[in-house]
Amino acid sequence: MKMSPRFILYCLLALASLSAQAQVTARQLLAPDTVPGDWLSYSRDYNNQRHSPLKQINARNVDRLHLQWVWQARSLEKFEATPLVVNGVLYTVQAPNDVVALDAATGRIFWTYSHQPSPARTCCGRVNRGLAILGETLFMGTVDAHLLAIDARSGQLLWDSKVADATAQYSITMPPLVVKDKVYIGTAGGDMGIRGFIAAYDAKTGRQLWKFHTIPEPGEPGNDTWSADSWQKGGAAIWNHGAYDPEANLVYFGTGNPAPDWDGRTRLGDNLYSDSVVALDADTGKLRWHYQFTPHDELDYDSTQVPVLADITWHNKPRKVMLWANRNGLMYVLDRITGEFLLGKPYVEVNWMDGFDAQGRPHRVPGMVPTPQGTLVRPHVHGAINWAPPAYSPRTGLFYVAHWEHSGIVAIEGQFPQSVGINARQTTMGDVTLEPFLNNEDEARGVIRAYDPATLKPRWEYALGNITWGGMLSTAGDVVFGGGKDGYFVALDAKTGRLLWKAALGGQVNAGAMSYAVNGKQYIAIAAGAALFVFAL
Amino acid sequence: MPRAMRVSPLIAWLCLLCGSLPAVAQHATGSDVFSGEQAFQSYCANCHGKTGNQIANVDLGHGLFRKPYSDEDLANIVMKGIPATAMPATPNMSAEQATQIVAYLRSRALLKDMGQGGDALRGKALFAGKGQCISCHRIDGEGSRLGPDLSRIGLLRSTDQIATSLLDPDREVQPNNRSYSVTTRDGTRISGRLLNHDAFTVQLLDTSEQLRSFEKTDLRSEGFIPSPMPSTRGTLSDQELTDLVRYLASLRGSGNK
Repeated sequence: MKMSPRFILYCLLALASLSAQAQVTARQLLAPDTVPGDWLSYSRDYNNQRHSPLKQINARNVDRLHLQWVWQARSLEKFEATPLVVNGVLYTVQAPNDVVALDAATGRIFWTYSHQPSPARTCCGRVNRGLAILGETLFMGTVDAHLLAIDARSGQLLWDSKVADATAQYSITMPPLVVKDKVYIGTAGGDMGIRGFIAAYDAKTGRQLWKFHTIPEPGEPGNDTWSADSWQKGGAAIWNHGAYDPEANLVYFGTGNPAPDWDGRTRLGDNLYSDSVVALDADTGKLRWHYQFTPHDELDYDSTQVPVLADITWHNKPRKVMLWANRNGLMYVLDRITGEFLLGKPYVEVNWMDGFDAQGRPHRVPGMVPTPQGTLVRPHVHGAINWAPPAYSPRTGLFYVAHWEHSGIVAIEGQFPQSVGINARQTTMGDVTLEPFLNNEDEARGVIRAYDPATLKPRWEYALGNITWGGMLSTAGDVVFGGGKDGYFVALDAKTGRLLWKAALGGQVNAGAMSYAVNGKQYIAIAAGAALFVFAL
Repeated sequence: MPRAMRVSPLIAWLCLLCGSLPAVAQHATGSDVFSGEQAFQSYCANCHGKTGNQIANVDLGHGLFRKPYSDEDLANIVMKGIPATAMPATPNMSAEQATQIVAYLRSRALLKDMGQGGDALRGKALFAGKGQCISCHRIDGEGSRLGPDLSRIGLLRSTDQIATSLLDPDREVQPNNRSYSVTTRDGTRISGRLLNHDAFTVQLLDTSEQLRSFEKTDLRSEGFIPSPMPSTRGTLSDQELTDLVRYLASLRGSGNK
């Protein structure tokens, strides 16, 4: 074949330059501080601490932050994704399932991969919370319940595995978790009567390796916590990011509500492993331990919050714990190796329980179920916190949570022929109508609080003007970032909670912020409305 | 043979193979075919469509006519129209142009037939071997990202389009596959596939397969460059080319869908 000099040069360059722009190794995922300017997974590290070691932006200069660029998503869905950044390239998701690669310094697009999901029913929007990466491959779950692998350099599809049947109400909104050579993915659909699971896939081929059902089948321990055949469509979906402890080789996932959400009469029993955290062997998927936050839930208190792992001093000894701010209004400290309940207490007004037994089982307040006359339930159905990720700073030792205060909902048994009152809505998730507390859901407000993990007492609080669906970011500059429904994005002193800086973004903050660096310059990125905003000094 | 008179080896070979086809513009050159395509798009595509299949029972792009016309018949129809039908005369068209249009239509039909022959397995071997396609192209995760990923090329392009790209790589380059080069202020030259550009910045996938973004103020010069892809003309035999086209046309994407 005759080769032009130009062609030969191209070939030589291609062969000589297999450099590592998007080469993310399993070792880097284990030790992300070796690449401090990158953000390699949903929460940056397996502990889900959402703590960046970058400190160019700090408590003394954060008030000089200004906008660098904005990227507008071509989507009217909520922007819930946390981006990844690898060596100057930012990857995010344009809902429902377009993957976009941007220059992290300018916001200009390198490529877009578009997945057009087949019609799929989701409970709460055709959203996506983010990507995972290993090597040169990005992974994304889709709302039509597929797991896709996409070439991080070219944006080409590498493989496409069907995870579940979208026509049977399965969908995927969670960011995948990558550990070693496996990709873990679960599905949403717990409000529609699916049977939840988490599955592990071979990152290279997309082949399913194992599947752990969150509801045991007959013959398995725990199936007797479901009456009759209610286990078959009992929900317990996994729709948010998990955590990983490499020493224990355990992956952790929170599970969702049992179905039907608001009517437990057809599913008598504790309904294991709904509203739980399950600790699975990362290689085999075998259950090592579980803890159920809300046994026999009838109030839709999914436990799909992101588990936060921390090594703290507990009763004067080092202990590997799991911190959990739950939708049910309770905050927990668990031993993440054994699953032992160490501490739990309400962090907002809670009226469905009034204490724990020694094993950490909540004592239910009788009658806190939907009734014909209506029952005021605290916290709100959307929870003290819903799915938004908290943060933890190993520098301050504080657990940062953005959540709702003063929330409640009136649960009325039976469906009314018409909606009643301001913001009234009906639901098919059980025979119930939910009426906003005091006919005005804005009675609740958002707060950002810093909790001491040893006591779960708040050290400080910053009051947001409105409720919040936003997550938290902590940085080594001793600044924490959060936002709210009113579109404000704030920077707070990590030690005191003092407001240091704010920006009005003009759209609801529905995601967690993240931080990265390119060419020595630190950036802070936050999604609000339909756009991604990026700030720097 | 002077270049202008050289018969495309591919067309000549296919003419020999396809004896049942009407006599083709046997002395047509690549230039004739190219000019014919331009004339077709100017004069004919309005009614017949860009690929010639917009009118019922007529698929000019695949050699499907209402009658087995000779080249001369066709050239006459192109110039004079068909009386009492919607096919109009084109009085200002030269005989040379009409002949070129016929050459173009015949070439498209032949290219299609070529895609139906060939051996995909041999084509696959050529892709990774003698053809050296894999040094710039990628299929199912194997190969380079410099050129377009061809994993689904059989879904995206017809066999004649694939053959045309192999013979004349620069003839039609998709906007997302154009080659671009920038020179930084320190004289470093970086080339690659243009991904995006605007008034202030340029984004490339460079020859190292790295995603690169440049501020134009940091550049001494920038601009499009010809495709680095060499033509297979004269380097692969007609049979090899047919095999390669057959293989590429068979690519429909993989993965465990």
